[in-house]
Amino acid sequence: MDFFWAFVVGGLICVIGQILLDVFKLTPAHVMSSFVVAGAVLDGFNLYDKLIEFAGAGATVPITSFGHSLLHGAMAQSEEHGFLGIAIGIFQLTSAGIASAILFGFIVAILFRPKG
Amino acid sequence: MITKDNYKKSIKPYQPKPPLILNCVKAFVIGGLICVIGQGLMIFYMEVFGFTQKQAGNPTVTTLILIAAILTGFGVYDKLGQFAGAGSAVPVTGFANSITSAAMEHRSEGIVLGVASNMFKLAGSVIVFGTVAAYVVGVVRYIVQQFL
Repeated sequence: MDFFWAFVVGGLICVIGQILLDVFKLTPAHVMSSFVVAGAVLDGFNLYDKLIEFAGAGATVPITSFGHSLLHGAMAQSEEHGFLGIAIGIFQLTSAGIASAILFGFIVAILFRPKG
Repeated sequence: MITKDNYKKSIKPYQPKPPLILNCVKAFVIGGLICVIGQGLMIFYMEVFGFTQKQAGNPTVTTLILIAAILTGFGVYDKLGQFAGAGSAVPVTGFANSITSAAMEHRSEGIVLGVASNMFKLAGSVIVFGTVAAYVVGVVRYIVQQFL
């Protein structure tokens, strides 16, 4: 059942993205940016956590969860350090994703040649 | 007088209409499958390493990013992207793909000026907007919390 809801919810988020691409003629960069903003705003109302509980990876794998993780890290630190904690914690939960994307991207660009 | 706006309008009848339903089905299936792979990885990390669901998030995302970077290196992910559209762009693998492909594309300009400076050409907007939005929402929530 976990897999089923991950598939359906993850797929539906991608369909929203496809509609933004085809109907509203946004570029992929616009779609990804809007999704990250949407994830942060939804998390601001505590809605995104509910979606993760329900759909598991269907909610954590789409890029919307990046906005959600940014806000979560910020809020966790703000409990300890007050207002300044927002900036201290903002990359706390996403650092693994950003660091690995930079690292693997760099290694692949050094090792591989682009095709065609 | 042709301006930017009415040019866009005047060429509209001549642009090919994308097959919306078919594109949505493709995006749904591929996007869904990527999330199913993520779910499988998450369960793997929870069962084998004893992580909680929250802790399993980071290794899952990291593994997906590694897979996407390697597939981009072999040119497979970009072929998938042409087929799946948003289905491969919206998951976190699309984020890794945009970093890796931008880095590879500018490899010929050198490692510093090519790879390193162009890496975030596409993904940078995601990080900028994510950070600004999360910061604004965070400040609003912090202020609301102080009053409640």
